[in-house]
Amino acid sequence: MCTVCGCGQGETKIEGQTHGHGFDHAHTHADGTTHSHSHDHEHHHDHPHHYGLGPAHAHAPGLSQARMVRIEQDILGQNNRHAAANRQRFHAHGQFAVNLVSSPGSGKTSLLVETIRRLADSTPLAVIEGDQQTQFDADRIRTTGAMALQINTGKGCHLDAHMVGHALDTLGLADDSLVLIENVGNLVCPAAFDLGEAHKVVILSVTEGEDKPLKYPDMFHAADLMLLNKIDLLPHLRFDVAQCMEYAHRVNPNLVVIQVSATSGEGLEAWIAWLRHGMEHAQALRLETVAALQQRVAELEAQLRPT
Amino acid sequence: MHEMSLAESVLQIVEGAALDQGLQRVTEVRLEIGTLSGVEPEALRQCLEIVFKGSLAEAARVELIEIVGKGWCLSCQTEVTLQALYDPCPQCGKHPVQVTGGSEMRVKDLLAE
Repeated sequence: MCTVCGCGQGETKIEGQTHGHGFDHAHTHADGTTHSHSHDHEHHHDHPHHYGLGPAHAHAPGLSQARMVRIEQDILGQNNRHAAANRQRFHAHGQFAVNLVSSPGSGKTSLLVETIRRLADSTPLAVIEGDQQTQFDADRIRTTGAMALQINTGKGCHLDAHMVGHALDTLGLADDSLVLIENVGNLVCPAAFDLGEAHKVVILSVTEGEDKPLKYPDMFHAADLMLLNKIDLLPHLRFDVAQCMEYAHRVNPNLVVIQVSATSGEGLEAWIAWLRHGMEHAQALRLETVAALQQRVAELEAQLRPT
Repeated sequence: MHEMSLAESVLQIVEGAALDQGLQRVTEVRLEIGTLSGVEPEALRQCLEIVFKGSLAEAARVELIEIVGKGWCLSCQTEVTLQALYDPCPQCGKHPVQVTGGSEMRVKDLLAE
């Protein structure tokens, strides 16, 4: 277990199923028979190879066998490869994915519920929920009628791209969907883990203190948008909005800030407009790709035609 | 931060290299860690000690090479050294400074037999 934040490995669950890569599912055949089976695809995360014990005994006297091996690999390389695969998948399907990050209690889930209420009629969407334990958040999202999938990270303090890839397999989203990923409530660790999203969106509530962007700079640096939530409470608090935004822009000069209240609905229009803009962009990119492929197919067919 | 996840990724990289190159035992691992990467070096060291146990890198000495944070000051139009992400420009005292280096987390090389 991590001595700093309590990260643990091997405890991830998707919808209560252990993350053993053996997803059971059922098929119905054309003749009506249904059967279920599992697709086990073993990953070798642990390289069960035998490296031998102790030094080899075949060295020449006076010569050390020690040698320098250049590696030059990013420690997060494997996560980044999974993230790139997720990003490619979002791109190919015109899906707009956002990774919502915040400390616990910032009002992420309430904000999501209100967001879904305003979008669900016009937009295909799904929510991937990350929490250490319980299905509570996915259950709350499902009351809106939206598709939601819960990932439990066990002792893990963040979602990673591998877990999200499996969640996407399970969800089977429609083209041009909005994918809302609610990360584990934690302002530290999720900053470093790319999930393949288009943007990280950091949510800060006015009950938390305006200096959080300076206390947890990595997250505010990694995000493209900050939602300043619970602004309906401002009259009751000593929270300096201008100071908070100044701190946030110190850490990230390009950070866009939208002030919202999930309770009163204030500012939600601007947030929804930001999401719609992203979705339109993702969809336009997909259509461009499709058009380019169609043109390529037409060119190849023209070459095949006898002249 | 999430040093345990990072330590496990380091071991995966080391084991991958060992498999590719037929290494029996790793005696030293050198990592490049940027000062702006958010990694706590001592925590990473402890986590590496834990995950290396029972592996071919069990006895490996870990060297952490610090990569100094650098940024581009938009006011001075020059590259400056940064101690932290939110620091002002050390020359003119102004914000913002765009980070250009120091967020690295890399396995640089190994000494192995």
